[in-house]
Amino acid sequence: MTYVFQQLLNALQVGSIYALIALGYTMVYGILTMINFAHGDLFMVGAFFCFFAAIFLNLPFVPVLVISMVGVALLGVVIERCAYKPLRQAPRVSAIITALGVGLFLENFTLALNPYPKQVPQLLANTTWIFHGVSISSIALFIVILSLLLMLMLDLIVRRTMVGMAMRAISWDKAVVPLLGVPVDLIISLTFAIGTSLGGAAGVMYGLAYPVIDPYMGIMVGWKAFISAVVGGIGNIRGAMIGGYILGALEILVVAVMPSTYRDFVAFVLLLILLIFRPYGILGKPHPQKV
Amino acid sequence: MKKIFFPLTVCMAMVLLLTGCSSDDASSIRVGVIAELTGDMPAVGESCKKAAEMAVQQVNDAGGIEIAGKKYPLKLFIEDNAGKADQSASAAQKLITQEKVHAVIGPNATRYALPASEIAESSKVVLITPWSTSPKTTLDAKTNAPKKYVFRACFIDPFQGRVVAKFAMDTLKAKKAAVLYDVASEYNKGIAEIFRETFEKNGGAIVAFETYTTNDKDFSGQLTKIKKAAPDMIFLPNYYSEVPLQIQQAKRLGIAVPFVGSDSWGSQELLKLCGKDCEGYYFSTHYAADAATPVATKFIEGFKAKYANLPDDVAALTYDSFGLLFQALKSCGTLDRGAIRDALAKIPLYEGVTGNMQFKDGSGDPTKSAVIVKIKDGKFVYFASAAP
Repeated sequence: MTYVFQQLLNALQVGSIYALIALGYTMVYGILTMINFAHGDLFMVGAFFCFFAAIFLNLPFVPVLVISMVGVALLGVVIERCAYKPLRQAPRVSAIITALGVGLFLENFTLALNPYPKQVPQLLANTTWIFHGVSISSIALFIVILSLLLMLMLDLIVRRTMVGMAMRAISWDKAVVPLLGVPVDLIISLTFAIGTSLGGAAGVMYGLAYPVIDPYMGIMVGWKAFISAVVGGIGNIRGAMIGGYILGALEILVVAVMPSTYRDFVAFVLLLILLIFRPYGILGKPHPQKV
Repeated sequence: MKKIFFPLTVCMAMVLLLTGCSSDDASSIRVGVIAELTGDMPAVGESCKKAAEMAVQQVNDAGGIEIAGKKYPLKLFIEDNAGKADQSASAAQKLITQEKVHAVIGPNATRYALPASEIAESSKVVLITPWSTSPKTTLDAKTNAPKKYVFRACFIDPFQGRVVAKFAMDTLKAKKAAVLYDVASEYNKGIAEIFRETFEKNGGAIVAFETYTTNDKDFSGQLTKIKKAAPDMIFLPNYYSEVPLQIQQAKRLGIAVPFVGSDSWGSQELLKLCGKDCEGYYFSTHYAADAATPVATKFIEGFKAKYANLPDDVAALTYDSFGLLFQALKSCGTLDRGAIRDALAKIPLYEGVTGNMQFKDGSGDPTKSAVIVKIKDGKFVYFASAAP
């Protein structure tokens, strides 16, 4: 029983990070119907911002988190303005290729700065409590709580504010909303800023939990977060959160009951089966193509 | 777009022509190095590059290598494989066909050395890998006979796996062992399997044999499983950039048994990334800087004077790879690629930084010994040695 509980805790930690990153994919898709494949690398940049802020500016955790989130958000907006906006009317494939290119650029730019894996300093005291045989580390607990808080905030922004309403309106109908006086470009930039800043926050937390960071760390995590977003129903914010936790749980639980070599294979077969029965994802709704 | 296409083609053609011309002179010995300068193990590539430059500089300062009465200076060509298997192969191709090197040193990690060794073998150019310990590197995949042109300066995994298993049983008195390794990497997988085989043959039990894939950062699922199996020790035959994460996460889960590693731990980067978490653990490796022979001391002093830090095992092995090549060049008396290979295969005794080596029976694997190193006060300290 303690074993199962320990594995569930592990799953919660992994799932929280997937969920936070998945939100970035799903928000951009929701508003632009485009997949921002550079998002995983923005997450990596977040971890590096955290490293630089902690080492060179010697800041404690909260300013480090703020710097990383704001830094990545600005970078996200710049990328949107320079790389994606000129292609908004171009075929969808061009935008996706551009996103892949931006991702490669970010990886290799970071690589050119310094190829060595970096150790993120311990920004938070790390204590481990043993509770009925289950080890709970303060960092794992902190990651889960902070992720849930950030997701709650996002949910409030999207559902309760004018900006959120504008976002939902644009994702509903891009043709009519500008006619109503909604500043589409500004809202798209804001969406990018919010989505990527969550990725930046995930990068910081990832750096706390797995303190060795390198320029390629965003690739695999990015893919898995993207899959989480699709499983949850891409474009749906709550779906992305659920998808992240589902993928985290699957990965950990497959390891818990089967040889760990089967992890990705079994986890992704299960996700494929899920998509066969619910091709639009768990919370996604089918959009009939307008002819 | 069309307008710039033509000038661009002309430019590229000229570049090709120019490089084609410049690389054809017979007045020097041309040695290529393929190193992991970027990618997931840049510390390895950096050490390799430093040792290579040092070895070449020492020879050139002495006027070069004398072959058939004439002294030839060395010319070094360093290629980055970016920590990728395909780039390792293309780097080998480039060095051999474009730079027309007489021999190639590197790549270091097995997963990069394998593809490069295939190119060297088919082009009939000597390749010495300093650090690739997998038996497959020097064996032909189809016939299982030794490759003719591929050599190494290190021992092989079966030997290392046996050394670690014996050490765990005899010194650590372990009866139950757990292993966590990267199943997607040739090196980690090979050594983990030999460890299991030897440990079980000698009456021990492997209570957990867990895997992950390259670039994973979360090992909590596997480690929780290992914790449940309650081993006496945990074997982590993984690269230095991953080991700190594994040990830190294990400690966070309340695992308190000793960890043992293999030669992939032997980078000063491990100490930086690990901090205090790796204190008191052991790994098997090629040499220990603090228990050195006169040859090794000379190398360590030279390296420290040039680069102001201690050479790790990759640096020592790269230096030995060059040493082996120099000895072969001196004895073969010609710059023919085939003759260099024959001289290398017949080296009766080479006194290297990492111990004495010899090549026997046409095999590219030297006969040599290993050492066990302990991490103590943030340093690698000699603990014991194991004969071949």
